[in-house]
Amino acid sequence: MGKAGKIARRTFLFGAVAVAGGVAFGVYKVRTPYENPLKDGLAEGASTFNPWVVIDGEKITLITPHGDKGQGVAHAQAALIAEELDVEFGQFAIDFGKPDKAYWNRALAGDGAPFMATDESFTAEATRSFMGGMIKLLGMQITGGSTAMPDSYDKLREAGAVARETLKLAASNVSGVPVAQLKTANGAVQLPDGTELAYTALAGEAAKVEPVTEISLRKPSEWRLIGKPMQRLDMVAKSTGTLGYGIDVDIDGMVHAAVMCNPRQGGALNGYDASAAEGMRGVQKVVEVSGGVAVVADNTWRAIQAVQAIDFDWAEAPYPAEQDGHWAAIEASFNDDQLDKEWRNEGDVTAAMAGGKAVEAAYRVPYVAHAPLEPLNATVLVEDDKVTVWTGHQIPRMLQDQVAKVTGHKSEQIELVNHFMGGSFGHRLEFKHVELAAEIANQMRGTPVKLTYSREEDFAHDFPRHIGMARGSGAVKDGKVTAIDLQVAMPSVVVSQMGRAGLSVPGPDMQIAAGAWNNPYGLENFRMRAYRVPELAPVSSWRSVGASAGGFFFDSLLDELIHEAGADPLQERIRLMQHGVSRKVLEAVGEMSNWGSPLGPNKGRGVAFVESFGVPTAEVIEVTNTEDGITIDKVWVAADVGTVIDPVNFENLVQGGVIFALGHAMNSEITYSDGMAEQANYWDAEGMRMAQCPEIMVRGLENGDKVRGIGEPPVPPAAPALANAIFAATGQRIRELPLYHHIDFA
Amino acid sequence: MQLIVDGKSHEVDVEEDMPLLWVLRDELGIKGVKYGCGVAACGACTVHIDGVAVRSCQTPIADVDGPVTTINGLGSPEAMHAVQEAWVEHQVAQCGYCQSGQIMQAASLLSEIKMPSDAEIDEAMSGNLCRCGTYPRIRAAVKTAAAKMQEA
Repeated sequence: MGKAGKIARRTFLFGAVAVAGGVAFGVYKVRTPYENPLKDGLAEGASTFNPWVVIDGEKITLITPHGDKGQGVAHAQAALIAEELDVEFGQFAIDFGKPDKAYWNRALAGDGAPFMATDESFTAEATRSFMGGMIKLLGMQITGGSTAMPDSYDKLREAGAVARETLKLAASNVSGVPVAQLKTANGAVQLPDGTELAYTALAGEAAKVEPVTEISLRKPSEWRLIGKPMQRLDMVAKSTGTLGYGIDVDIDGMVHAAVMCNPRQGGALNGYDASAAEGMRGVQKVVEVSGGVAVVADNTWRAIQAVQAIDFDWAEAPYPAEQDGHWAAIEASFNDDQLDKEWRNEGDVTAAMAGGKAVEAAYRVPYVAHAPLEPLNATVLVEDDKVTVWTGHQIPRMLQDQVAKVTGHKSEQIELVNHFMGGSFGHRLEFKHVELAAEIANQMRGTPVKLTYSREEDFAHDFPRHIGMARGSGAVKDGKVTAIDLQVAMPSVVVSQMGRAGLSVPGPDMQIAAGAWNNPYGLENFRMRAYRVPELAPVSSWRSVGASAGGFFFDSLLDELIHEAGADPLQERIRLMQHGVSRKVLEAVGEMSNWGSPLGPNKGRGVAFVESFGVPTAEVIEVTNTEDGITIDKVWVAADVGTVIDPVNFENLVQGGVIFALGHAMNSEITYSDGMAEQANYWDAEGMRMAQCPEIMVRGLENGDKVRGIGEPPVPPAAPALANAIFAATGQRIRELPLYHHIDFA
Repeated sequence: MQLIVDGKSHEVDVEEDMPLLWVLRDELGIKGVKYGCGVAACGACTVHIDGVAVRSCQTPIADVDGPVTTINGLGSPEAMHAVQEAWVEHQVAQCGYCQSGQIMQAASLLSEIKMPSDAEIDEAMSGNLCRCGTYPRIRAAVKTAAAKMQEA
């Protein structure tokens, strides 16, 4: 048997057990494929049970390796462990831990496999399992793709249970009381006589016993934390200005750097004159870096002022200088040679449209910046045998590799101190800013260097969401939608993004088709083809990735066809929907929004449904066409994530996702002129402000049988629901984002 | 130059046009005040001068003519201001990076208008950008804080 076959066999067995483990509550054995990294340097008398729990005589520390960009996963990971470990918030510290293979993402394969989330066939599950095995072998530690909860849900509860049972065994050894008579609560083992042995007091004894592996997880009816409203552990710090982000890092002897790289991204630096900068107050050094120049000073502002005083000669961009050239490249890609994959072809769309097309339309979405509020930054100290990086990042182990390439160290010599992130939306999956900080620090070994991007540098080098176009047509008959033929053309975000990390990604890119191909409707005639556009400007994953575009394309086209059929937008979607869990989501949003009830004058209601990251999500939006422009009045959202971990945080993330999506749908894009982004700061890509913010009602459904993440799924349906509502209110069908090119917003 | 920040007096030797933001962050090490845009477009850097909200990124140090209050001086984790308590009660923050500015803006609003209307809240807060989209919770928290401060 070949190596891949062995891997497949081994991982398939693993996968079968893992699937069973997810649904069974019986006693089973927990496997530990990698050595526990917490054993390395463990203090005398301290005990670690697995890669997530370490206890010493003074404190309990829970490792929460998924990066927290604001989505609350530090809290949620801790809650999953604490649920089984029987510790309360306030009794333990958390730590993002060191990058390690042991923290490989078990859920990444779930959505990476080219199967619909609703496909639970043997082939689909076996492929996911195989891909999961490869991800395990690579030790891919990544926060992204709304996978933190699917990845953590079983394994962190298991981690808590293993630690709890091991502590009970230690307590039994100390007290002589059989394990079966011991209970746990509040960070302590309770003996039958009421005596409490604190976990911290048992740490030394627990270190002498092998961790228990036979455990059983609690039933949902026994949960004290999961599913209940929680107070996030980062909330007080974030409300008092006391939480330290990467940008707040302060190391003894640290200097401050600012950088300007060729705003024609990827273009070379032909030359520069830094004489004006060199004489400025506080400036210590001018350093050339890849594609640009950095200034090191004693203060961030002085560094930014000085770098902006440099006279640069930039080379041309490696992509079309003007935006029109980008659109032309996309228009030219709808041809057989550039067919990336035909993702769906059911029924016979040609025959169905023989009697005439009800709609034939083109749609497009722009480049958009991530622009999280904390500008990109990284602090790096390069020493001869070690490099330390302080920043907030989503792919810790790849960050080690990228920094090692810059400094010439080995990956394992790169220490990352991961931080809470001031937003990301995919921005902190990128490495360039960390590599630049490492380049500067490598030229000043022994001195910690903090690189902070100015907001303008952040916009200029955002690696925005890809642009894309769709061509769609369809047919209707007897008041029903009978056929949809959709073609989508985009550059590959995966190829662009992974290419910057030196990785090639073969095969079709599912993100070109996401949000469109995987809709769980049961259209009798449906064809979906994806076309690969050659790389244009560098692009990166943006909250909900391909589905943010594909959802707009597919649902806008469907809405037009429903209108042509003369059907009700919600009822026809429900009629077409073949997936039970998704149908319930549509029914719920209809009930919540009182769909069909009379609206006042100049008002309109739109609905959209998109499944992304395995989460069927439906949104209804109500707008008013006022004299000052469109107002977005109310939004209703229903989404099914299988299990809601924290209903308060769930509501916050859904509302936030809707606001993020609506802001971009209204007014945000990146366009290129002379090879440079024309948008330099928030004035140019504003998003939503509070006065524009609608009321947003949220319902989390739990009919799905897998746990899913909610970070991204609220985004894709918002733009089409808004465009559909504007059509209902005004009769104007807008097929391009951002919408403000075609209509005013109040 | 002399500067009073969060009740403490500081002597700073910087250029007259250095924005207050960077004096606070890099010269005095007060890191609760955040840099977001540098052009008064996002409000993350909001502090009070004489109790009134200003964008510290667009306030040259030479123009600071009164005592400065930052998020770190408004309250502490052990003794939170009513606005901060309301933020925790409503679980407002996601990434939290804008919230220092949001809270300082809200505190300034409530010292000026005791019980602001929805429109007054929207107007006062619309200069503060939240990329995570926590606006519904901010609105609710401002109302809770207003009610609490009335009782006090």
